Amino acid sequence: MLAPSPPLSIRGLFKEYVPGKPVLRGLDLDVEAEGITAIIGPSGTGKSTLLRCINRLVEPTSGEIRLHGENLAALRGRALRLARRRIGMVFQEYNLVERLSVMENVLCGRLGHVALWRVFLRRYPQADIDRAFALLDAVGLPEHATRRADALSGGQRQRVGIARALMQRPDLLLADEPTSSLDPRTAVEVLELLARLTGEVGVPVLLNIHNVELARRFARRVIGLSEGAVIYDGPPDGLRDAHLRAIYGGEDWL
Amino acid sequence: MAVRDPAAPLRREWHRFTPAERLARWALGLVCVAALVWAVRAIDIIPEFLADAPEQMADLLVRMWPPDLAHYYPAVHVALIETLHIATLGTILSFFLAVPVALMAARNICRVKALNLLAQLILVSSRSVNSLVWALIFVAVFGPGPAAGTMAIACRSVGFVGKLLAEALEETAPGPQEALRAAGAPWGHIMAKGIWPQVQPAFWGIALFRWDINVRESAVLGLVGAGGIGVVLDDAINFFQWERVATVLLAVLAVVVVAEVVVTRIRARLI
Repeated sequence: MLAPSPPLSIRGLFKEYVPGKPVLRGLDLDVEAEGITAIIGPSGTGKSTLLRCINRLVEPTSGEIRLHGENLAALRGRALRLARRRIGMVFQEYNLVERLSVMENVLCGRLGHVALWRVFLRRYPQADIDRAFALLDAVGLPEHATRRADALSGGQRQRVGIARALMQRPDLLLADEPTSSLDPRTAVEVLELLARLTGEVGVPVLLNIHNVELARRFARRVIGLSEGAVIYDGPPDGLRDAHLRAIYGGEDWL
Repeated sequence: MAVRDPAAPLRREWHRFTPAERLARWALGLVCVAALVWAVRAIDIIPEFLADAPEQMADLLVRMWPPDLAHYYPAVHVALIETLHIATLGTILSFFLAVPVALMAARNICRVKALNLLAQLILVSSRSVNSLVWALIFVAVFGPGPAAGTMAIACRSVGFVGKLLAEALEETAPGPQEALRAAGAPWGHIMAKGIWPQVQPAFWGIALFRWDINVRESAVLGLVGAGGIGVVLDDAINFFQWERVATVLLAVLAVVVVAEVVVTRIRARLI
């Protein structure tokens, strides 16, 4: 029997912000149907760029990004918007709309599906509201639905960010340093939540993360990136100091 | 041989300005004084008139006292209400004109440089023309009356409202907009949920502030025949009815004070 093709498949991804200085140099990457794939690497090595190329917040210079067979890198206009609806994203700075209620922030995950007049009049479909409540229960914020997002703590905001991303019923979830602005304990709690909720619905996660320990703890697979190329790709317990030296350089810090 | 102070090489001097800077500051001061002298000489003060100015002022105040309060209703009252209508309608109209221009001027929303410049040109030209001049133009177009005044207020406000609105738009955080874009939201949805909540306090703040200004501006539009309380004021001055002039001035003062208080209260609640 043939192995099913991976949901996300990247081939020869190049990105240069400045001509002649590529950030990603012909990256090849397949992401399996489930579990967290952690991407580690020093700052400025293209982790964020990689994630943002996938949902095209950043334009790839060349290469192929296939999600369930569709080449995301070639999409434009409406087709791109429809593809983005299937890709959830969680941000380092949460990127909630501060002056909107928690409920509306979660419903923002459905903006690609709801008619503009409904959005204007706040007449969201009842099914969406039910789902938003269910997700708020799941992330542990059931009583915060009517609070304004700017009244929440960092950990609570990131929980709302996760609920918003899951509201999209995504085929893939991109998490760009979701815990870097959180204290260590909250970071673990948020990652546990992210792992559990995406595991329940079987959504693969691409997780950019600075903290190697957290990557080891939560990821099924770790990808070590340095200067736009893959240095390590394998299970977390195969990651040795030698790899980390190769990824981050130097050795005094180990 | 002179006695050397052994500590001399260690002594460090400090001056706020270098000699060149000090010279420049003196020169700047000299320019300011020269400009002042030139200006005073240019405005042709007639010494005799300057000398009896206090006398004239006192005379005017005496003529104004007591204000002819009986004249308030209906003439002044009706004109005052008309002034408020001109200010309100003009402000609302200016927003309809200013919002598209502001969207076009905000560089984070409209990415076409040429359109940014065009919008800025529109905003600057609206502001470069005083509302009295706008009123003169619209009196010529619509004939004298409050319609001309309303259009004048609207056109003068577009520049002000549009500029402040464009600045508020440019100051919005890009993060939430990016998040909505990543979720596949169309442009209108991003505007409605990513941008509008962020500029909403500024929007209402600008609206109230401009309305407040427009109440005062529309009070003088009548001087050129564009309706409102200025017409009554102009008539009273022309007929030397200083008691009536006093009534009009008191009425305007009362309205401006009330508007100020109301606007301040609402603005405090907005944020």
